[in-house]
Amino acid sequence: MEINIKKEKGVPLVSVKGRIDAVTAPDFEKDLSDLIESGEKTVLVNLGELEYISSAGLRSILATAKRLKAENGKMVFTGLKGPVEEVFKISGFYSIFTIFESEEAALNQL
Amino acid sequence: MPLPVNLKLPAKLQHLEQLIDFVANCAQEHGVAQKKIGEIQVAVEEALVNVINYAYKDGGGDVEVTCTLDDEKFIIEIIDSGFPFDFLSLKDPDISLNVSEREIGGLGIYLIKRLMDHVEHKREDNKNTLTLVVSTNQSKSEPHPDNVTKI
Repeated sequence: MEINIKKEKGVPLVSVKGRIDAVTAPDFEKDLSDLIESGEKTVLVNLGELEYISSAGLRSILATAKRLKAENGKMVFTGLKGPVEEVFKISGFYSIFTIFESEEAALNQL
Repeated sequence: MPLPVNLKLPAKLQHLEQLIDFVANCAQEHGVAQKKIGEIQVAVEEALVNVINYAYKDGGGDVEVTCTLDDEKFIIEIIDSGFPFDFLSLKDPDISLNVSEREIGGLGIYLIKRLMDHVEHKREDNKNTLTLVVSTNQSKSEPHPDNVTKI
């Protein structure tokens, strides 16, 4: 797994490559946690280059979303496709999170 | 039916990737569609993580994966010699709840049931065998609760 974090229009954009699985999910969650601790309230996550995500990754996302929600913040997604999109749909994440068509669309609305 | 190929390793998180890659390569050789391979990888990971975390109390043990192609079905078996445990009997999570209400956990087994076309648990000769079946000839139809069988 490879995580790239940059700021676009003031919003932290987290791009993840590879796999978010039982082995890598703690690192993913730690990076998100560091963002929250540095004061970020809205986080855009691009999963376009993600091969797959398992329940361990979904747990990290949910734990992060709960923290952000408690601080009136939110986590939104873009780039969902293939097995990642399928897993989001099956687990109900598609309806509990805001999913954007593209980074551009997300940044225009955040 | 061709003979199954298999890989047996200690049930440890450090071997997770190797075991998943083994199944993914096997699926690729059998011509399974790329999107489906991603879904197989997720289901296999969930099953393996359960074995790694819960099958053996102390000292640990092995986990074996096998894969076979049989009549347009790609069949994966995950075998351990740990405690008798049919995790398919666990209750499904409520996926209609919002972020604050959703519980963290319980999604792994649900993903296996929904991603695979057929799932079976068998306890025999002090071994647990979880069989995952994916049809390779068509896109998966809407999953049905009846796709889970207990023996």
